[in-house]
Amino acid sequence: MVFPAVEKEPAMSEPKPLSFHVPAPAVRPGGTPDFSDVKISRAGEVERPPVDVAPEKIREHAFRIIRVLDRNSQAVGPWAGLLSDTELLAGLRHMMTLRAFDARMQMAQRQGKTSFYMQHMGEEAVSCAFRKALEPGDMNFPTYRQAGLLIADGYPMLDMMNQIYSNELDPMKGRQLPVMYSSREHGFFSISGNLATQYIQAVGWAMASAIKGDTRIAAGWIGDGSTAESDFHAALVFASTYKAPVVLNIVNNQWAISTFQGIARGGSGTFAARGLGFGIPALRVDGNDYPAVHAVAKWAVERARRNLGPTLVEYVTYRVGAHSTSDDPSAYRPKTESDAWPLGDPVLRLKNHLIVRGVWTEERHKQAEAEIMSEVIAIQKEAESHGTLHTGPHPSARDMFEGVFEEMPPHLRRQRQQGGV
Amino acid sequence: MPRKTMVEAIRDAMDVCMQRDANVVVFGEDVGYFGGVFRCTQNLQQKYGSNRVFDTPINESGIVGAAVGMAAYGLRPCVEIQFADYMYPAYDQIVSEAARLRYRSNGQFTAPLVVRMPTGGGIFGGQTHSQSPEALFTHVSGLKTVVPSNPYDAKGLLISAIEDNDPVIFLEPKRLYNGPFDGHHERPVTPWARHPLGEVPDGHYTVPLGKALVRREGAAVTVLAYGTMVYVAEAAAEETGIDAEIIDLRTLLPYDLETIVASVTKTGRCVVVHEATLTSGYGAELSAIVQENCFYNLEAPVARVTGWDTPYPHAQEWDYFPGPARVGRALKAVMEA
Repeated sequence: MVFPAVEKEPAMSEPKPLSFHVPAPAVRPGGTPDFSDVKISRAGEVERPPVDVAPEKIREHAFRIIRVLDRNSQAVGPWAGLLSDTELLAGLRHMMTLRAFDARMQMAQRQGKTSFYMQHMGEEAVSCAFRKALEPGDMNFPTYRQAGLLIADGYPMLDMMNQIYSNELDPMKGRQLPVMYSSREHGFFSISGNLATQYIQAVGWAMASAIKGDTRIAAGWIGDGSTAESDFHAALVFASTYKAPVVLNIVNNQWAISTFQGIARGGSGTFAARGLGFGIPALRVDGNDYPAVHAVAKWAVERARRNLGPTLVEYVTYRVGAHSTSDDPSAYRPKTESDAWPLGDPVLRLKNHLIVRGVWTEERHKQAEAEIMSEVIAIQKEAESHGTLHTGPHPSARDMFEGVFEEMPPHLRRQRQQGGV
Repeated sequence: MPRKTMVEAIRDAMDVCMQRDANVVVFGEDVGYFGGVFRCTQNLQQKYGSNRVFDTPINESGIVGAAVGMAAYGLRPCVEIQFADYMYPAYDQIVSEAARLRYRSNGQFTAPLVVRMPTGGGIFGGQTHSQSPEALFTHVSGLKTVVPSNPYDAKGLLISAIEDNDPVIFLEPKRLYNGPFDGHHERPVTPWARHPLGEVPDGHYTVPLGKALVRREGAAVTVLAYGTMVYVAEAAAEETGIDAEIIDLRTLLPYDLETIVASVTKTGRCVVVHEATLTSGYGAELSAIVQENCFYNLEAPVARVTGWDTPYPHAQEWDYFPGPARVGRALKAVMEA
């Protein structure tokens, strides 16, 4: 090997002082919303590879956005056509139900009936459509913003409200913050309220299914901000190493409380691209496009089910509401930013698609909205008849000591006696 | 009866459990093909296959987090953290997840898992191979914490831990793996093969969690100890000639209040010993338990002999380790008070 002569190397200038880089969003309150940096693929343009595709063949999928519904509300391209009219109409109803449920629970918190609530506005398609790609026996390891998984699976809304009110029928016995649901029967793992811990647990659950030679698969959920947590990387390395039958979902709703997604994303380009170094196929999908979310979920679920290993999916969406009832987004982003979000509203987009298909009308939509709202209000009244956090009745103080262990150890028994319960 | 080292007894416990229950799985760093850096899982992969015994990436949070998911599925993971000093990345999964899953889901999901980790000093391991973090676990609601002191107990307690339906932290005093250690580091090691507690029955038996054992009966003073410090306390009692009653706690949580109270009520004096640092250590809890329950029987303040509140040093290991001389001085002081 011949090395170039030293004197031919370009002369290095004296290094300048280093500078520190802190990413910042394009716009802050008072500015004009600007999403020009969000590169949107045309509906139908991203190809649908076979599920056994080699991950390195679809690296570009981590940088594009799979979309089905176009500007004319038509379903187009290779990811379209999986759902029947009936299924799409059910999907619309699930999203509308979630939205009505959110509106009532948000208001109930403002009325002091509970301490806390977290709504889904703008993100309804992600969890509602994903649920329909799973089979009974599969398990979600959700965050606090996937209640659509429960609603789309027919989990009783009364139980959700009882949990939110911590009332006498609360399935969690008053032990958990509102919205931290749990339902083994409906494939919904207990929500921690911690961040990212559930991601590696989903991988462990999937590994267990493979160890036992079962056919069940798991789905992990995480937000854009929490992908920075160590447990996200633990999950990816374990999933990659053991080819676990798991779908790893990242819901990129642009905001981690007040922190824009660039802080967690860093120089990665996209969140989906995080999967590439692990050899995990990574897809991005329009999270506000119900048929697209469902089609991508189906693809990833099938890969897992056929023992082809994990898939990383980034749902590109927008958190229209506040992070929680304890948050005020006008302090950190323009008030009109959600109107400028280029991927629109998931409910409106599916509604318009169904109208174009000729199976839905404006009138029926209005009627359905009213019906759903009155159903939700009726359930809310029933839940409130069993108590709210404010008025009670609550699970008893005695319940507080139960369930720490399978059998109550002596020191807890003594403390319960001291507590006089 | 067959004699086993503590390593062999621990391995035997996993072997027995894996034989009886196909849901028991074992994994961690280097535990598969190689059988663990302390050899506690040697040959288990060969016997049960890599489906049930396997190596993991170096990621403690991943090991425990995956175990939580597996336990929720219905398996009984018995995982190894290579040294207790390495458990901190897994602490969130232990404290916020494994320990609380039953409670927060109202029993829908549980975490019947065991996290084994070598603990304690005495092997010139420096700061990162010598710590005794038991108080970080006993402080957490929803965890059981076990520290065996001999091969017989190690096997029986580990079987109990694996069969338990709640998460158990199983701390193995690494200085005891090959023989009892009384703190006289200059003397040759007595192997378990020549110690009565090295007798370990074959097959299945259990030592119940939550039960202490009086290792040495005495009338003058009660010593509350666990792990390596049981032998240090025995040496101190022999060398001072003080008729100490030595209690091996075995399980730190749930603790055996009755055995502690019965002994201190009898002796009227109490010395608490552990290797871990003093302040907010488990000894503080023991000391509080004794004064709350035995105050009117006490002839002297409860004394604590522990590691100093410094990081675990390397060259100064024997200045740090609470050996028989320090324990002996405390026994004398308590007797003279």
